[in-house]
Amino acid sequence: MDFDLILRVYPFFIEAAWVTVQLSVLTTLLGLACGTLGAMARLSRLRVFRMIGAVYVSVFRGTPALIQLFILYFGGPQFGLHLDAFTAGVIGLGVNIGAYMTETIRGAIIAIDKGQTEAARTVGLSRFQTMRYVILPQAARLMIRPLGVNINALIKGTALVAAISVVELTYTAQRFIGSTYKPFEMFMISGALYMIIIYATGRGITWLDRKARIV
Amino acid sequence: MTEPKPFVNIRNAQKSYGTLEVLKDISLQVARGEIVAIIGPSGSGKSTLLRAINDLDPLTGGEVWLEDTQINKKLPHRQYEKHINQVRQDIGMVFQHFNLFPHLSVRENVTLAPKLLKGLSDDAAEALAREQLDKVGLLDRIDYYPSRLSGGQKQRVAIARALAMKPKVMLFDEATSALDPELVEEVNLVMKKLAEEHMTMIIVTHEMGFAETVCDRVIFMDKGVVVEEGPPSKIFRNPDNERTQNFLRKHLANANR
Repeated sequence: MDFDLILRVYPFFIEAAWVTVQLSVLTTLLGLACGTLGAMARLSRLRVFRMIGAVYVSVFRGTPALIQLFILYFGGPQFGLHLDAFTAGVIGLGVNIGAYMTETIRGAIIAIDKGQTEAARTVGLSRFQTMRYVILPQAARLMIRPLGVNINALIKGTALVAAISVVELTYTAQRFIGSTYKPFEMFMISGALYMIIIYATGRGITWLDRKARIV
Repeated sequence: MTEPKPFVNIRNAQKSYGTLEVLKDISLQVARGEIVAIIGPSGSGKSTLLRAINDLDPLTGGEVWLEDTQINKKLPHRQYEKHINQVRQDIGMVFQHFNLFPHLSVRENVTLAPKLLKGLSDDAAEALAREQLDKVGLLDRIDYYPSRLSGGQKQRVAIARALAMKPKVMLFDEATSALDPELVEEVNLVMKKLAEEHMTMIIVTHEMGFAETVCDRVIFMDKGVVVEEGPPSKIFRNPDNERTQNFLRKHLANANR
């Protein structure tokens, strides 16, 4: 291990880690938005929406995220869609993880006992009120852990955007290998920083989950 | 002499799942203030009939009326939703498994619907919760969450939750069937109290003793039809129909075992 080298390059990796964190946060937010919409579509009363939701999930879970990114970033300009790499990364990964989150959110909602809906409807609550005041508050608690699994996968998935040259942790490692010829050290730094990010996120999820337990 | 106009009026109710007929042309009238028990073996359709009254299990044929309002009107979706949310406010329902909202306190369970649907202020809602919980004897549990209540207490909160909407009729779907035997009585007492206040009640039950002492009329259903109906003294002491006799005999044998 070349510790001198590690000490010299690590500031660049910290900067790259910050980009990875930004990517992760924005991707999570977009993923949650897509996942919520997707789950609503899949649970809709209307067949069209259910179909749209089902197609969304099967297309984005059924193809590699890398291909989806390439289509967006390299294929987009053919149709006049010019995105910078970071934006393309967030959109590509966010829409992708949203398909997984769709199923997570939907799963939590349908896990709530049917009797809850019946009780809410029989006192006169509308479908929307039932969802808003009775089902979602209970389902939200059930979603925290499985969404945490999605987010864990998503953070590691941000490594893919190195392939469209976003300067994040993986890309930075590759770049320094070009000049230092020390792949072991470079990838170890990246890996360690990923682990820190993921560990911290995991702790956050556990904390949220505990806090949300039903009394 | 004219018959009093029925309060709840079920006309030619039919319900089938595919080829399986669960309700076969049932008609049933309930007068205001009347207390009706529906008994019968499992699978007889009694719960389905009860759940048809507030359109929780929509009928495939026939009509259900509450006073001058047809409950199961055929309407375009949006209009139907508006209509049904309105009429359901007049029909309280109590379930076998309580279905309390576990994320809400006892107080919030009772006040959720009145606050949302009747726009009650916090003070008015608090007063309402206290009034209803006092009625079921659980005022001291107002701050509890359902998970800390016994089954009997849960069911009494569920009754308070239904009463908070000031319904015109109460439906009980085997309200004591999921309770430990020693907890049945506290729920029965609350129901008796409602009976004394002349609440209109339709009660699906396996508790023959309760049906006999509290109800004005007993309906015996089997295989989707009303086999026999009459005052409890008649149905329980001297039923005409052989199916009724068989059912009661089996039931009593089980109860005494």
